[in-house]
Amino acid sequence: MALTKAELAEKLFEDLGLNKREAKELVEMFFEEIRDALTKGVQVKLSGFGNFNLRDKRQRPGRNPKTGEEIPITSRRVVTFHPGQKLKARVEAYAGSQQP
Amino acid sequence: MDIKAMTKSELIDALAQKLNHLTYKDVEFSVKTIIEQMAQALAGGERIEIRGFGSFSLHHRPPRMGRNPKTGEAVPLPGKYVPHFKPGKELRDRVNSSMEQ
Repeated sequence: MALTKAELAEKLFEDLGLNKREAKELVEMFFEEIRDALTKGVQVKLSGFGNFNLRDKRQRPGRNPKTGEEIPITSRRVVTFHPGQKLKARVEAYAGSQQP
Repeated sequence: MDIKAMTKSELIDALAQKLNHLTYKDVEFSVKTIIEQMAQALAGGERIEIRGFGSFSLHHRPPRMGRNPKTGEAVPLPGKYVPHFKPGKELRDRVNSSMEQ
């Protein structure tokens, strides 16, 4: 079981009384807005959850694991997520005996 | 790289402008509800899978011996879970191609 956009929209429909189309659109736009900011080089800070940061990685040597051939891993920009204190504390308290 | 940042309230403002058929309050409450649902899922050990954005899961950190930095005394630290985010392909590709411009 995983939380998906469909369930997030369902919750907005139930709790806020948005109609299903509006709820779906809002969830879609929430993630699009974050993607858009990150694409523009803007990091995103969601208090109570965490920060989405950007890191520029330099080119480094790599290897094709199948053939062993050396090929450079090109320089790239990547997204990293740093959970906030509050989320970390809530997750740490998860004492589930079953693996997540 | 510059360190411009968008906060939750700026995200709410931006969405409210685009969704002008909804009230500001509705957009604000929606954003807070989405974030709370996501935090709750992770706090309950549930994964989050958002197509085109990425997935969140928990990674286990095994118990280890730590040290009290003041006294140097060894203290056992219990195992714990930490949230982990893996960007999805669309997010990875868009962010990466933005560097080339």
